[in-house]
Amino acid sequence: MSYKWAVAKEKNILGNADLYLLYEIPVKPKSHMEDGCHPSLFFCVGLQLYLCQKSASHASSVCVCQGSDSELKGEKDVPSDGEAKADSGVPDVPAPADDTPEVLNKALSGLSSRWKNWWVRGILTLAMISFFFLIIYLGPIVLMMIVLIVQIKCFQEIITIGYSVYHSYHLPWFRTLSWYFLLCVNYFFYGETVTDYFFSLVQREEPLRILSKYHRFISFALYLTGFCMFVLSLVKKHYRLQFYMFGWTHVTLLIVVTQSHLIIHNLFEGMIWFIVPISCVICNDIMAYMFGFFFGRTPLIKLSPKKTWEGFIGGLFSTIVFGIMFSYLLAGYRYFVCPVEFNNDSNSFQVDCEPSDLFQLQDYALPAVLESFTGWSTVRLYPFQIHSIALSSFASIVGPFGGFFASGFKRAFKIKDFANTIPGHGGIMDRFDCQYLMATFVNVYIASFIRGPNPSKVIQQLLALRIDQQLHIFNSLKTHLTEKGLLPALEEAAAA
Amino acid sequence: GEQTDVASRGGEREEQTFCFDDAAVSLLQSYSRLAAPFGSFSCVRRWKNYWIRGVLSLAMISGFFLIIYMGPVTLILVVMTVQIKCFQEIITIGYRVYHSYELPWFRTLSWYFLICVNYFFYGETVADYFGALVQREEPLQFLARYHRFISFALYLAGFCMFVLSLVKKHYRLQFYMFAWTHVTLLIVVTQSHLVIQNLFEGMIWFIVPISIVICNDIMAYLFGFFFGRTPLIKLSPKKTWEGFIGGFFATVVFGFMLAYLLSQFQYFVCPVAVNSETNGFTVECEPSEIFVMREYTLPAVKTVKLYPFQIHSIFLSAFGSLIGPFGGFFASGFKRAFKIKDFANTIPGHGGIMDRFDCQYLMATFTHVYIGSFIRGPNPSKVLQQLLMLRPDQQLGIFRTLHSQLRERGMLPPPAAQA
Repeated sequence: MSYKWAVAKEKNILGNADLYLLYEIPVKPKSHMEDGCHPSLFFCVGLQLYLCQKSASHASSVCVCQGSDSELKGEKDVPSDGEAKADSGVPDVPAPADDTPEVLNKALSGLSSRWKNWWVRGILTLAMISFFFLIIYLGPIVLMMIVLIVQIKCFQEIITIGYSVYHSYHLPWFRTLSWYFLLCVNYFFYGETVTDYFFSLVQREEPLRILSKYHRFISFALYLTGFCMFVLSLVKKHYRLQFYMFGWTHVTLLIVVTQSHLIIHNLFEGMIWFIVPISCVICNDIMAYMFGFFFGRTPLIKLSPKKTWEGFIGGLFSTIVFGIMFSYLLAGYRYFVCPVEFNNDSNSFQVDCEPSDLFQLQDYALPAVLESFTGWSTVRLYPFQIHSIALSSFASIVGPFGGFFASGFKRAFKIKDFANTIPGHGGIMDRFDCQYLMATFVNVYIASFIRGPNPSKVIQQLLALRIDQQLHIFNSLKTHLTEKGLLPALEEAAAA
Repeated sequence: GEQTDVASRGGEREEQTFCFDDAAVSLLQSYSRLAAPFGSFSCVRRWKNYWIRGVLSLAMISGFFLIIYMGPVTLILVVMTVQIKCFQEIITIGYRVYHSYELPWFRTLSWYFLICVNYFFYGETVADYFGALVQREEPLQFLARYHRFISFALYLAGFCMFVLSLVKKHYRLQFYMFAWTHVTLLIVVTQSHLVIQNLFEGMIWFIVPISIVICNDIMAYLFGFFFGRTPLIKLSPKKTWEGFIGGFFATVVFGFMLAYLLSQFQYFVCPVAVNSETNGFTVECEPSEIFVMREYTLPAVKTVKLYPFQIHSIFLSAFGSLIGPFGGFFASGFKRAFKIKDFANTIPGHGGIMDRFDCQYLMATFTHVYIGSFIRGPNPSKVLQQLLMLRPDQQLGIFRTLHSQLRERGMLPPPAAQA
């Protein structure tokens, strides 16, 4: 079936935008069609289209496009490569209005606008870093809540972009469903975390015990409800949009929510595993910027023209040095080094323990080169500082790819910033785009090189086994411990 | 219209179903497909289509029995083949939608991500079930210990390649395809691994859910064919309430009987274990409680002897009939959204592999969650493995807890005898 297109240009109701009305006139008249408009009109040959409806006054369907570009093909058989050209034709999102707080405006009223921008950025940076120190001081609960808030804000920012790209505010149910899926996935992850770390608390309370025993089933049932609601909410003319938004929501959940939970797992391992990675990324950001500012010459990647090789390499070395010094500073304090545990008696978090080997000073022999350089034969380091070199290297070398990914994403959808939450910096997502890759890396690193399994989780699984299996494991463990010589002390204590 | 839409995009599919002129095509495209009676379109090709569908259905069911007979290894291979084919079908649709054959790297990257995710999942499975084998071989031991790190590094390499491959005019397309690949991986690959984990639990947990979905498909179709009158959902105009409810009851009965039939054989009921000596799979064990006949008292003061598994099969059948079709509706909506008739043309008369398996995926996930919540406890060898990896003081703590627990239950001999 082929169509002929006719174009008429009008002004919209307010008179501030051009409306291009595309008339689809079929070559062979048909009595009815499923959709009047061809689906590729969703991209409308370079303009933003979001409405396809049957016009009462016209014999065929009218597709309304709105935009300020006159790049419109008049007559085409099937404008199927409108989608491929979508990139070039989409108009830019208008620059966000300047909503710097009044206070800052007054204080900086004397400076020119470029310096004012610098000052705003600088002040906000210092404010964010101070805030970071404050919440570390306030403890694990506050940290968890902050992570949750950041996650929700990032999710909201990305979903809002999806909406503005597809103008899908009038789709039924969809915002409800996106938030519902966010709730489901968070319920699933928080439930697993709570069951792992708060095991004894959960065992005590009866409703919590049932919720934790059938946790996966309940989460799955909740998710399925959302899935069925999505299927039932499919509306005839908007199938493709709805599937896009479904995919968009799920990818966002995959990226934002799972990684924020990895951050919380890192946190429970010890606050140092939360603080050092985030600080490395922040330091790399700032240092790469400084080095680029003073020495930058060779561009690094086409995606982000402001990045330079000098900034990249300078940032790498300074971040490694910073990581070593910062971890030296933090490894001395139990508050940062001990795993966060839940105290059954006081029903609160505590960070008190015997620091593990990783945080005990050890002597390392310097290689001959450095020995002649500094005159020391051995150096006292925490083993954690060696690990921090790996973390810093990752933050400097691979972390920026997260930033490039976000830059590419912003260019793809022609937006300058994810949102306008932080003056001078953009949205929360802008600040956290490199952090997510880092959090996943730290989690995988800990699981592979540092931590064994979680003891309370092992007990939990052990008690869930059948009795004969438990007995079998008991005997194996007994043999193992006896071999290691740990057992005689126990038996004496039991006999006494 | 659908047919001509395909034709305008290269028209590689011949018309199989329709042999009418344009007027009749547009009539069929309306939502009264259900009312299209047989007699009006006396076209020889239509009956030929039904024969093909019927023959292929029988062929697929026979193929199913054959691979069950051939054992677990073949089943795993078949699951993997199906997964790869489904992935390929969905990715091909994505390409067609975006005409993105000329994008650099992208097909390579999609297949690379598929290999990464499969490596991750198969590695976890192998480490769990083949623990003894893994401990013996040195390179395998290394791979198993750092498995997550290696998988993550492989994935990151793909991620960085994607970022480096972004081309100036095609950013949006490339991001779409990235997201499309990941959603497909999420749906297809993770759920095929759940199918394999169900399989290891016992072949009955693989056979019964799949048979339930097939039976529901066929029964709902037959009930709809003979009694169908009230349409069920706008998405799939061929489905009717009569077919839905009839399929539900028929499937529950079928599941009940099939569960009875299969529960008697150790081959189906036992967990698939790896025999360390022969390095092969064995299915021999003492059947667990749910496969041992028990007496149940019905309210009518009559006792029946049932396998407890048959009660579970009722729940599986209920899910397969009531919620399973939503997977089918999702796939129908997807096909309508992208104006395609079938996912691919692999099976004549039926469409692509994905068309046959769209309802199966939800079922496989449900079965896995069901087993995890209601049937199986954790895997003992895995727990022991984790136990031995802990620090000695943690092991002592657990030892003490376990000691007191077992002592309370009277499983341990009294302390005097131990000394």
